[in-house]
Amino acid sequence: MKVSTMAEFMARGEKPEVLFWVGCAGSFDQRAQKITKAFATIMDKAGVQYAILGKEEACTGDPARRAGNEFMFQMMAYQNIQVLNGYEIKKIVTTCPHCFNTLKNEYPALGGHYDVIHHTTFLQELIEQGKIKFTDSNEWKGKSITYHDSCYLGRANEIYEAPRKVLESLDMELREMKRCKSKGLCCGAGGAQMFKEEEKGDKRINMERADEAIETKSDFVASACPFCNTMMTDGIKNRSEEVKTEVLDIAEIVAQAIQ
Amino acid sequence: MAYVAGIVFTAITIIAFFVFFKKLGKIARNIHLGKPFQIKDQKGKRIQNVLLLAFGQKKMFRNPLVAILHLFVYVGFVIINIELLEIIIDGIAGTHRIFKPYLGSFYDFLINIFEVLAFLVLVACVVFFARRNMGRIKRFTDKDLAGWPKSDANAILIIEIVLMSLFLTMNAADAEANYLISSFLKPLLSNVNASTQSTIEHTAWWLHILGIYAFMNYLPYSKHLHIILAFPNAYYAPLIPKGQMHNMPSIQNEVLYAMQPELAPTNAAAPEKFGARDVMDLSWKNLMDAYSCTECGRCSAACPANITGKLLSPRKIMMDTRDRLEAVGKNIDTNKQFVDDGKSLLHDYISVEELRACTTCNACVEECPVSISPLDIILELRRSLVMEESNAPSEWNGMFSNIENNFAPWKFAPDDRDAWTNQ
Repeated sequence: MKVSTMAEFMARGEKPEVLFWVGCAGSFDQRAQKITKAFATIMDKAGVQYAILGKEEACTGDPARRAGNEFMFQMMAYQNIQVLNGYEIKKIVTTCPHCFNTLKNEYPALGGHYDVIHHTTFLQELIEQGKIKFTDSNEWKGKSITYHDSCYLGRANEIYEAPRKVLESLDMELREMKRCKSKGLCCGAGGAQMFKEEEKGDKRINMERADEAIETKSDFVASACPFCNTMMTDGIKNRSEEVKTEVLDIAEIVAQAIQ
Repeated sequence: MAYVAGIVFTAITIIAFFVFFKKLGKIARNIHLGKPFQIKDQKGKRIQNVLLLAFGQKKMFRNPLVAILHLFVYVGFVIINIELLEIIIDGIAGTHRIFKPYLGSFYDFLINIFEVLAFLVLVACVVFFARRNMGRIKRFTDKDLAGWPKSDANAILIIEIVLMSLFLTMNAADAEANYLISSFLKPLLSNVNASTQSTIEHTAWWLHILGIYAFMNYLPYSKHLHIILAFPNAYYAPLIPKGQMHNMPSIQNEVLYAMQPELAPTNAAAPEKFGARDVMDLSWKNLMDAYSCTECGRCSAACPANITGKLLSPRKIMMDTRDRLEAVGKNIDTNKQFVDDGKSLLHDYISVEELRACTTCNACVEECPVSISPLDIILELRRSLVMEESNAPSEWNGMFSNIENNFAPWKFAPDDRDAWTNQ
């Protein structure tokens, strides 16, 4: 698909409405790439003029900072802020709650001030503005789904409603897990856990959470974070003999129903 | 005889308050061992938090039934203490219910309210005691509480039950009084003669007030200190989004000077220690958090690592911080200043394995009814581990070098970052 970079916009003497911060998972992870493409497709269809940084994008430094490596975080933040400020970026949308949290809450102290929005909030706005229209043969209608709250979207930034509203606008039947919203259970990936083996215990965190999702007997599990998506998919795969539930990002669900 | 009692009572009162405030002074000094951390912004929002979180107990209502019982104990405690003023004046002056002639029927109304509250406190404490010891709730049976913390919790409940019983007994034995709850106890005293009844009243009166002084002086040693510190802790509760970590300006500047050497001051001071190894490296707010913790365990019950059997328990992080701070405080009392005892919060109290299990999900922070952040301490200790000791699991070291070399936590070529657009 054709996606313009900021450099290309600059060369044309234009500025996009919004910068799409893809994030490392969205760029490199094969599963997460599908989420990235789904979201890019939606923005195309909704007529949103957006750009990516392309090769100029780099890790926000979130996993390094949470692991305790502040030097690495500050290095990455410095470089990213140089690039973002160089392009005079005002508004950023991202499909990763970890990037979202870092760009929105942690870069301002370092000189990076942007209006940062998570893609679920962005999608909700586009739906409300009528820029996203669903097909008449909305295949999601009446399907049951349980939404897994991402910690960095939920508790960290108190975004609980936007993803749920998107699912409701598709007439899906939303089933809540035992632990949801501010009581939502982590998938086990945050705090740089994604990049190491879990400490020893009785059960893997993603298995605990997958079992909770399975308990709702929903047709689908919705996520809004590429790391949650990986963890939940792995967890449910471990129970594949008993259940067939697919984990999908909110963007993928919307992309399949968009006109 | 009357004023011998008055003098004895006055002396006991002075000593009780003196010892209590002296201990509070020690705690304040210990909290100030923490690093300075300015909190002066958004006064209106902070006062609102004190009203909502501390006075209003908003977080407790995440479990409404327990919240209501806890509210009885809390309201009872605050309001019945108004009666203490009369008790203390009576004790010093040798009077009996000194406010009664001045307040008339309003006095009876007040005492009736106090009695109802005392009864509710009594009921709530009995329920709490049963609930805590029945062994059905994991956060009460957990190994974190083994030994002294468990006895501490039970001691507090028993003391409250005893104090409330004494208060009601004292009123029941008062021949001239006839109040809402204690009147039900009067039949029990119908067979005793007037002088024995008077002795019972006086004994209950003395035991009640001595019990309150004892309880007051037990507070600073117990987990129950939250009844005082919940208020300042709500005021100083962080108002930034929970996902935001504290910045480290020293490292920010070091990176800035490395990138733009022309900005580096010629007399740049050597950077301090990175992160926290011991309690003195934490902020005073972290240390006040430790003293505010009532070890309820809501944090650990919500912690994904703890739920799945990992070693980490956010409650234990707070208990360890307080234990270490108390040890440091004692060290200072003995030696006039802190003398290295070869121990530190990191390693000797909190292990690497505990710290490594945290997913930074903020569930512990969200659950805490008194605005404590165990996560803040965990992250500061992690900073010390990685930056002072280079102590990270090998996968993390790999992740660091990938970020450094490939600008992503995985080993992918940076040139492929936009490859998805071509697939």
